[in-house]
Amino acid sequence: MTLEAGICPNGHVSYPTHPRCPDCGEPQDETLDLSARTAEVVTWTKSTATPPGVRQPNTMAIVEFDLTDEDLTDDFVRALGQVTTEHVETGDEVEPVYVDQLRDPAEGIKEPESQDWDGYRWDPV
Amino acid sequence: MGVAVIGASMTKFGQRDAWLGELLSQAGEECLDDAGVTPDDVEHLYVSNMASGEFEGQTGVMNLLAHDLGLMPAYSERVDQTSSSGGAGIYEAWQSVASGASDMTLLVGGEKMTHKTTGEATDIIASITHPTEYKHGVTLPSFAGMTARHYLERFDAPRESLARVAVKNHKNGVDNPNAQFQKEITVEKALESPIIADPLRLYDFCPITDGSAAMMFTTEEKAAEIADEYAVVSGISGATDTHVVHERDDPTIMGGVVQSSKDAYEMAGLGPEDLDVAELHDMFTILEFLQLEGIGVAEQGTAWELAMDGTTAKDGALPINTSGGLKSKGHPLGASGVAQGVEIYEQLVGEAGPRQVDAETALACNVGGFGNCVITTIMEAAE
Repeated sequence: MTLEAGICPNGHVSYPTHPRCPDCGEPQDETLDLSARTAEVVTWTKSTATPPGVRQPNTMAIVEFDLTDEDLTDDFVRALGQVTTEHVETGDEVEPVYVDQLRDPAEGIKEPESQDWDGYRWDPV
Repeated sequence: MGVAVIGASMTKFGQRDAWLGELLSQAGEECLDDAGVTPDDVEHLYVSNMASGEFEGQTGVMNLLAHDLGLMPAYSERVDQTSSSGGAGIYEAWQSVASGASDMTLLVGGEKMTHKTTGEATDIIASITHPTEYKHGVTLPSFAGMTARHYLERFDAPRESLARVAVKNHKNGVDNPNAQFQKEITVEKALESPIIADPLRLYDFCPITDGSAAMMFTTEEKAAEIADEYAVVSGISGATDTHVVHERDDPTIMGGVVQSSKDAYEMAGLGPEDLDVAELHDMFTILEFLQLEGIGVAEQGTAWELAMDGTTAKDGALPINTSGGLKSKGHPLGASGVAQGVEIYEQLVGEAGPRQVDAETALACNVGGFGNCVITTIMEAAE
């Protein structure tokens, strides 16, 4: 149950984490917890044709966390997630709220044990 | 070594009773006939297919096809690069001939999808996403919805411009007997169709499709000897962008399109101004804009104007998707990139029938995932 971004020695940030930094290839050796921060909606969609085990409709947004308060090379990091409401607007401020199951893993094609299914939804502030 | 295409074929795309093996062998046999090549001549076989195991429980499809067409002992391999498997197959086929490993390479792409429900098919395709994306229920159409909203808001593009892409490609598809839909639509119909991933509606999306397509590759030297008409692969490259879509610096730039087209132009000694016709991967209408910008035909944020002013229409300055595109021809995942190659080949050798445009140089851009991997191929008519 984490919303952790990875940070490499050159100050590049990514969400999710990767063993190597996508920008420079250095190993990511630090993490940054984003769960207590707010973010801004970059874009969103309300998906009405959802796969088995997914809520319908499923509103999702790509949001941007401002990191200018941190001593990092990157000024922001983005993340994709479900939205708690059906409707949201570009530019809206949202905060992450924890959900223990984002979709029903028994219904989809993926092996339920192959990944985790909890995570954060974006809740308009 | 110069590489030529000497034959091409495709099955009817749409809802087919045949399963994958039959679709592949139908396209493969027709391609052998079209190229005037016997099974004994084929040294390499590539089968582009994304998910035969997931869709129908059949794996090892390259062996199925090699045996059905009597190609043994030819080297055979299945190529999976999600929805750019077909383009990746062209790249592999080109490499096999260019390297000298094969003098005659058959490429067949295919997918059987329509027996699954839309939800099941959507889920199989969504399984290509990163686990942190998949768990939120993301689908390829929802990536398209988010990207389209961003594009329209940021560049102040009219919603109608996306509908114009669908209208144009449906109009082109009327002249393609192998297209899934041979039916014109209106802007009004597109704009009033049900919302799938807003702001995108039903007619912004390609259908779910069964079908197969094939191409025959050989050396330019051999082509000159045995073929009446042929085309030359003068530029080809593939590139990979981030797996996680939101990690891209700019949501409207497909890095794989930019890089692969840049490399392909360089190899061919050509630029976007040299193109006479192109097939772009219009799995979603918005992708036609992103690719027109990525391949350098339009500046960022302006490709929508080309849909509005008719530049990309069949009688425009640069016809895009004369085949009907994925939008109207259909999108059997592994077949689509090969079918793009079939269309530009037919345009270059003058076999496109009612779809024929005046073309010496053509480009095909095949996109996997939501721009995760991209193959750009440039072909030219033989002199």
